[in-house]
Amino acid sequence: MLAEFIGVLLILGLALVVAGLMALAPKLLGPRREFAEKQEPFECGERQIVSPHQRFSVKFYLVAMLFVLFDLEAVFFYPWGALFRELGWFGFAAMGVFTVPLVVGLLYEWRKGALEW
Amino acid sequence: MIVGVAIKMLFIVLVIMGLFLPLITWVERKQAAVMQDRIGANRADLLGVTAMGLLHPAADVVKLLSKEDMVPSGANRFIHQIAPMVALVPAIITLAVIPFGGVYQFGDATVSLVVADIDWGMLYILAVGSLATYGAVMAGWASNNNWGLLGSIRASAQMISYEVTMGLSIVGLFMCYGTLRLTEMAVAQDSTFRVFGFLEHIFGLSGPWFAWLDWITLPAWGIFLQPLGFILFLTCIMAENKRPPFDAPEGESELVAGYHMEYSAMRFGLFYTAEFLEVPVIGAIVATLFLGGWSIPWLSTADIVGAVGGAFGQGFASGLCMILHVGSFLLKVVLMIWFQMALRWTLPRFRYDQVMDLCWKMILPISIANIFITGALVLWLDG
Repeated sequence: MLAEFIGVLLILGLALVVAGLMALAPKLLGPRREFAEKQEPFECGERQIVSPHQRFSVKFYLVAMLFVLFDLEAVFFYPWGALFRELGWFGFAAMGVFTVPLVVGLLYEWRKGALEW
Repeated sequence: MIVGVAIKMLFIVLVIMGLFLPLITWVERKQAAVMQDRIGANRADLLGVTAMGLLHPAADVVKLLSKEDMVPSGANRFIHQIAPMVALVPAIITLAVIPFGGVYQFGDATVSLVVADIDWGMLYILAVGSLATYGAVMAGWASNNNWGLLGSIRASAQMISYEVTMGLSIVGLFMCYGTLRLTEMAVAQDSTFRVFGFLEHIFGLSGPWFAWLDWITLPAWGIFLQPLGFILFLTCIMAENKRPPFDAPEGESELVAGYHMEYSAMRFGLFYTAEFLEVPVIGAIVATLFLGGWSIPWLSTADIVGAVGGAFGQGFASGLCMILHVGSFLLKVVLMIWFQMALRWTLPRFRYDQVMDLCWKMILPISIANIFITGALVLWLDG
């Protein structure tokens, strides 16, 4: 069981080394000539007037909330899908019952305009 | 054991990252030039040799390494530094669970061509894929730039939306194969099914006049068992990668450059690498799930061993199978890369509202319907 994860750990180590070297290389090889104007965040030639760390549209929060709901529901589908043939029509009906509130919720959000951009 | 795993890991990482990745940056330019009927990517030369622009990837690396690595004022330095690494690492470690060959017997030794044969491999791919969202979000949030932040918010909303539908669109595949383990899925696709077998089941058709119809077979690939799932999954996984036509998070004409706005030198190169690396990784995932993985159509492993094994011995047959299977897998990955590139230069960028509508109003309902249609068909045909 754990032996399978040796591969994952090895490739994770390799990925970290590759990414780390790539991130470190320009610090050693590149030039370094810093001055205040150059360090300013890009703003189409203007000075930055508003800070970016402000409120942004509530729609993104809605999407994040819907994601949490639907992704959790999706996770329930995986073990059911893998064991589908053993569960037979009973499993099919059970998942149908589980999905009805999901679809009703989706239709409700749709009608309420939560999916409009 | 650990040496074997390391060799397999180095093989797949070197092929995908060392060979395909530089070639893709070249193909991206050259295919664009061909499709737009212009000469392109022919300037980088070494002592007068341009080699059809094949030197461009090397020139890219030299340039990215020799540029100044800047951090904008007011940025969160630590998060700004590690965000590109967070974007790249998931793309590489996805390769761990991709089976690039089957299981082969050499005398007493068994060789299984997958780095980590995890029994929830598909879940691993989805989990690791969702980690890539953090790279984009951290990059935009830490760089103290309005465009960067807008890009990263868009990227996060787009990626988490398509993650839901990506997960739902492949449930039908789990139902057909009855497993989440990618190696088992690939083995299940190493066979054929009778296209008109269902006629016999439903109408009780049989007899000699039915034999000519029954002769027609297709490989038992995901694309034939789940055609709708294939289209939905491919759309979702391409939207996850944020490449055109789904590049709303970095749309140049709206957001200048999006979430990697304030990155320069090789740390911009890391985002660039991650995006390009995802192309062959997506190719490998789609090939494994829907295009039969390492299998060869109409020529199963048993057929090859049966034809060759008697005359030349078991070891030779295994070796031949291994070479043919790895070749077949890489060919399918190349095919998917070509397809993604052709799509990238064919379609214009979607508007952001179109991207989100496609996800929540089209793909989500269709993929839920697909699950239940597949379920009903599977149970009905199983009897």
